[in-house]
Amino acid sequence: MAGSPTLLPESRLGATLRRDAWWVELLPAIILLGGFGLYATLRAFEGAFFEWGPYLSPFYSPLIDPQHHWWKFSPALLILAGPLGFRATCYYYRKAYYRAFFLDPPACAVGEPANRKYQGETKFPFIIQNLHRYFFYLALVFLAFLWYDVVLAYNFGGHFGIGVGTLVMTLNIIMLTLYTFSCHSLRHLAGGKLDCFSCATLGMPRHGAWRALTVLNERHMALAWTSLITVGFTDFYIRMVASGAIHDLRIM
Amino acid sequence: MPDATLRISRGEGPTGGETVDYKVPIAPGMVVLDALHYIQGHQAPDLAVRWNCKAAKCGSCSAEVNGRPRLTCKTRVDSLPMDEPIVVMPMKSFPRIKDLVTDVSWNYAVNKKIPPFQPKPGVEWKISQLDVDRVQEFRKCIECFLCQNVCHVLREHDAKPSFAGPRFFVRVAGLEMHPLDSANRAPLLKNEMGLGLCNITKCCTEVCPEDIHITDNAIIPLKERVVDQFYDPITMLFRKVFGG
Repeated sequence: MAGSPTLLPESRLGATLRRDAWWVELLPAIILLGGFGLYATLRAFEGAFFEWGPYLSPFYSPLIDPQHHWWKFSPALLILAGPLGFRATCYYYRKAYYRAFFLDPPACAVGEPANRKYQGETKFPFIIQNLHRYFFYLALVFLAFLWYDVVLAYNFGGHFGIGVGTLVMTLNIIMLTLYTFSCHSLRHLAGGKLDCFSCATLGMPRHGAWRALTVLNERHMALAWTSLITVGFTDFYIRMVASGAIHDLRIM
Repeated sequence: MPDATLRISRGEGPTGGETVDYKVPIAPGMVVLDALHYIQGHQAPDLAVRWNCKAAKCGSCSAEVNGRPRLTCKTRVDSLPMDEPIVVMPMKSFPRIKDLVTDVSWNYAVNKKIPPFQPKPGVEWKISQLDVDRVQEFRKCIECFLCQNVCHVLREHDAKPSFAGPRFFVRVAGLEMHPLDSANRAPLLKNEMGLGLCNITKCCTEVCPEDIHITDNAIIPLKERVVDQFYDPITMLFRKVFGG
């Protein structure tokens, strides 16, 4: 037996008795969210190379005043707040960025920066997280536009056609739709708010909807990341084609 | 089999103390609680350890093993690296009484604030299974308080006066979603239990030995119910006009 003085480490950033590389969990969130944030900001301000043939970048859809009649900046700046707001207030992304960027906490049972006043989501700006369902409603509007864009992406000069960009856009809209419909707020609104499914008006269909959405909701994290990657890649692909860096391969 | 070294926090009272190393012969299937019992039986009969069932059902033997909140009866020694001592500490978020035993009585005080089940008057006491499937998950809670211990709002910010913690959000979820219950606990959740302080970082879910999806199935649905009553202007207007 040997004695040494200590109880648990004092509360300070990174203080823990965990032996695993807990900080590794933060890297995907820092790299993917940080990288996407940087790329999306640059692309939003670029204001060019957002359409080619039947393709329109999801960062610029719906396309408003591309001829700069009344809006002299990039058209993306008019619309990006909607989808970004949906992701920023998403219950999954909140976990990811509170951990990765606010270190609140950096990982489970790992110390935070000392002497920081913590108010959670009770005060501005984080109290806005409570309006996530309104961003969900907005996301539905954007989804409708993006589906319309995908339909147009099959139209090459009045004829049905499929290019690589068509497939990229189709995959993207499927992932975005699945991500949007795996939303916690939708799960609540569809049926989760009911205490008694069998006694409520339309209770049984709502129970069915709630169960189906629960299956999607259990994959919310995976869908959040996948759809983030597909939407970023779709914009990147269209930018590459529109700028002439690559040629879109026509499959049909 | 080789010996394991357990480095155990010893001491009385909430502060101070020391860690002491003990060598324990490893037996097949041994869990950390077995090792603690070996130490009690052979080397330190005064070692204080709270335990009861040794079957991960009573929730008594919660501690921190190598820095991770866990049930010691559910943590196999052979699952831990043996090149360094296995560090066993009491739960950080509660004041230590002695050695690995902490005072968790604050939790029972919080529990008393929650209005119990209040059945709707005049309804038939017949419940459809599909209406209780959801709340049965919450009944699995064994009150080990590992979720309370790991929650950074309690652990790092010590917000005990204003925050009830995940265990009690699970309890309220079980009551709020009960098909025969009539009480409205949303104001309590918002104003007294500090639901808004939870920033849903899911550590409670990660440590739950009963695999209750605390964040997704209890806390977030409760947050949405609070939104219904306090933050969503359309739902609030709808309630005002049509009642409910």
